[in-house]
Amino acid sequence: MMDFGFKLSKSATIDLDRAGTERYEKLCALSPDARTCMACGSCSATCTAASFSGMSVRKVILGLQRGQDVRPLLSACMLCGKCTLVCPRGINTRRLILNLSKSYD
Amino acid sequence: MIYEGKQKIWKDYQKEIPDDHWYFVRSCIRQNFFPASERMFTEITRNVLGKDVYETPYHTTCGGIAYHCDTLPQETAMTIVARQFALMTEAGYENYAASCITSFGNYAEVLETWHEFPELEARIREQLWKATRREFKKPKYLAHTSDLIYHWRNQIAEKAKFRLVDKDTGEPLRIAEHIGCHYAKMFPSKGVGGAEYPYVLTGMVESWGGQIIDYPERRHCCGYGFRQYHVKANRGYCVSNTHKKFESMEPYGIQAIVTNCPGCPYFMDRWQYFIAEQTGKTYGKDGFGIPVLTYEELAGLVLGYDPWDLGLQLHQVAVEPLLDRIGIPYDPKAKYLGVNKEDLLRPSLPQTLKCF
Repeated sequence: MMDFGFKLSKSATIDLDRAGTERYEKLCALSPDARTCMACGSCSATCTAASFSGMSVRKVILGLQRGQDVRPLLSACMLCGKCTLVCPRGINTRRLILNLSKSYD
Repeated sequence: MIYEGKQKIWKDYQKEIPDDHWYFVRSCIRQNFFPASERMFTEITRNVLGKDVYETPYHTTCGGIAYHCDTLPQETAMTIVARQFALMTEAGYENYAASCITSFGNYAEVLETWHEFPELEARIREQLWKATRREFKKPKYLAHTSDLIYHWRNQIAEKAKFRLVDKDTGEPLRIAEHIGCHYAKMFPSKGVGGAEYPYVLTGMVESWGGQIIDYPERRHCCGYGFRQYHVKANRGYCVSNTHKKFESMEPYGIQAIVTNCPGCPYFMDRWQYFIAEQTGKTYGKDGFGIPVLTYEELAGLVLGYDPWDLGLQLHQVAVEPLLDRIGIPYDPKAKYLGVNKEDLLRPSLPQTLKCF
């Protein structure tokens, strides 16, 4: 391949028609309350790990809906459950993270 | 849908284009990229249509590229523009036609700024007088040269020797149009059809027998973007925009692309070679690319000019399949013969993109 001194940058576009959402659907089967998330970010605001690792349940759910790999985020979760306490929709986020982690095993 | 309402909205995006007496200014870069395009504009307008199109050798850059690269303050660009208007005034013209899309956007932006801030216009007038002892009148009409070809498109169609039709099937050619961002995205009312539905190139193609094909990324930028391209390390970002457009138009069987900007045809043409080398993918039929033409080249083709006199040998993507499809005769041996039959030498051919 010819060296031009630069390469074709990968597009950051997320094509929702092509995004694989199987894992999100699988999660919703185990934790149906995941569908009620309104992405308010309360979970991110209260997360102890967020400021050190970027962990955010909101980002995890959004990433799954876009077909992205969210494992790096999950690995930072300490399962403290503070996000569950503040969720205005009453989503059991702790269980959601556990179910999702199992799906990657 | 209320038809009268639609007509009223559409009327807001129509543009008054005088029929004659234009002061014409060239682009800084088009003559290097597609050298016959501006020559063809003057040839068609003066010799085919008999219009009064005046140009002066004292015209310089409008400062648009430097302004959009953030290397020139707007006040300096305005003073350069004021000098161009002074040249027009001295020549006795009121209608200003710019060949470059960025110049056109720059002139529109300067005039709009002066309209909003008259004190700035007064200061620029003073600066121009101190620097050059020149005075100017603002143009009565400002147009891009594609506006003029659009305005005269039916006269060109009457004189056309070829139509944009497949000679074998009789079907209209499937053509994509690409409008330069600075044409109407900054000031939608300054372009024919506004920013979302510019009709300037569509009107030409339809008038000359072709069919415009819509595709999802039709209004996406070609990727040039001045600051991105001029830093070599950022060019991957530039080409990713072009790549996105080609990926988007791939399913629609586009046979040619027509553009009205200096940078867009260059990048959409040359980047097809780059994409082919990087990804192994080509977007035309049988390993060829999709030919990208300027509107003057397209006008020249339908009017029956020799493709090599139109400079089509300087395109990266081979235009021969398009010429064969329309039925335009050409001499393959004369492809790399320049003016006075001077040998231009043959370029080395790409590995992936098929060329002649």
